Amino acid sequence: MNIDSIKNGIVIDHIEPKKGFKIYEALHLEELECSVAIITNARSNKMKKKDIIKIDKDFEVNTDVIGFIDPKATINVVKDGKLVYKYHAKLPKQIVNIAKCKNPRCITSTEQELDQVFILTDEKKKIYRCKYCEMRLD
Amino acid sequence: MKHLIDIKDLSTDEIDDLIVLAKDIIKNPENYSTKCNGKKLATLFFEPSTRTRLSFEAAMLELGGHVLGFSSADSSSTSKGESVADTIRVVGYYADIIAMRHPKEGAPLVASLKSTVPIINAGDGGHNHPTQTLTDMLTISIEKGKLDNLTIGLCGDLKFGRTVHSLITAMVQRKNIKFVLISPKELVIPEYLKKEVLDKNNIEYIETRSLEEHINELDILYMTRVQKERFFNEADYLRLKDYYILDEEKLKKARKDLCIMHPLPRVNEISTEVDDDPRACYFKQALYGKYIRMALILQMLEIR
Repeated sequence: MNIDSIKNGIVIDHIEPKKGFKIYEALHLEELECSVAIITNARSNKMKKKDIIKIDKDFEVNTDVIGFIDPKATINVVKDGKLVYKYHAKLPKQIVNIAKCKNPRCITSTEQELDQVFILTDEKKKIYRCKYCEMRLD
Repeated sequence: MKHLIDIKDLSTDEIDDLIVLAKDIIKNPENYSTKCNGKKLATLFFEPSTRTRLSFEAAMLELGGHVLGFSSADSSSTSKGESVADTIRVVGYYADIIAMRHPKEGAPLVASLKSTVPIINAGDGGHNHPTQTLTDMLTISIEKGKLDNLTIGLCGDLKFGRTVHSLITAMVQRKNIKFVLISPKELVIPEYLKKEVLDKNNIEYIETRSLEEHINELDILYMTRVQKERFFNEADYLRLKDYYILDEEKLKKARKDLCIMHPLPRVNEISTEVDDDPRACYFKQALYGKYIRMALILQMLEIR
């Protein structure tokens, strides 16, 4: 399967299989007018299988979103056909407006203008809690 | 500026300082009767409460200050759809310090992010109630003469009981504390508290359904009410509300120096015959609540 190399844009690589679409949706990539490719179950020496997202545009990605969904993904910035920057996603210390608190008793359930903020309380177990009511994010 | 939203906002030393100050207020009330002259406390109670609101108001009045506020959301602009943030911005112009109770969890934190004056969380849903924890710690300190080397029985609703959660969180910082967690299986302590607070601090605890089996081991028995407002299903509430009733018969097995506590209001969980037992501390506990709130108001207004 061939996907054209991109000249200027972003390649999100080493995504755990099945998480590519989640990242696509969470980054709202459907709203972009440029070419966006999602490759699922690509062969990988390290991971056996992986997902890849290629965005054919110099685009500022929200790395917190990627890190929250898959902290092992890598983000590669391509300029003039060359890789100019590569970094590893990591679990963000807090996430803002990426997930919604499901606690019906939480203040965010009635005051809709509040940011939905979750704080990383246990890095090993990837536990986030609502900043306001401390309910665990599932 | 400092707010008190969660008991974890206070260090062990800060809690000890408040307890020392509260004990001095009890001993020498005349030294404090004009400390808050010219200061105003706003009590914003979006949810009804008798004890906590009156305790805050009595505390401020005994310090020589003034109080203003409301006692239900119906009598505030919330009924017109005003946000917590807007209410707080405005009240900050009228008061020097705010005590706030709200049915939604996290509302006082939202308030603190927008407030120009110190905010005290006077209870947010089933979440936090730090001044109750301070009240409980002052009670233990006065009645037992110490805050360490204690076996504490917590009985009743350990699932939704915010006072229980906060007390555990505060007491795990003390030396040699053991907990006996007594509840029906539907109201056991949440898993995260066991893992992230008790286990993390290597605290010894047992979980049991039976109060009778363990009452003789306890230095403190903290009874709680099964709260109707925390249940979505009334049938569950009715089934569980009378699960434990402490009476003189059960107390026969208890130690002579047991300290019986309850955050009040009580419904059926402590028989009224226990009220005259010298081990009953729950009414004194309500009185101590006023003194610890006096100490807290002074500390937060930085009045020496």
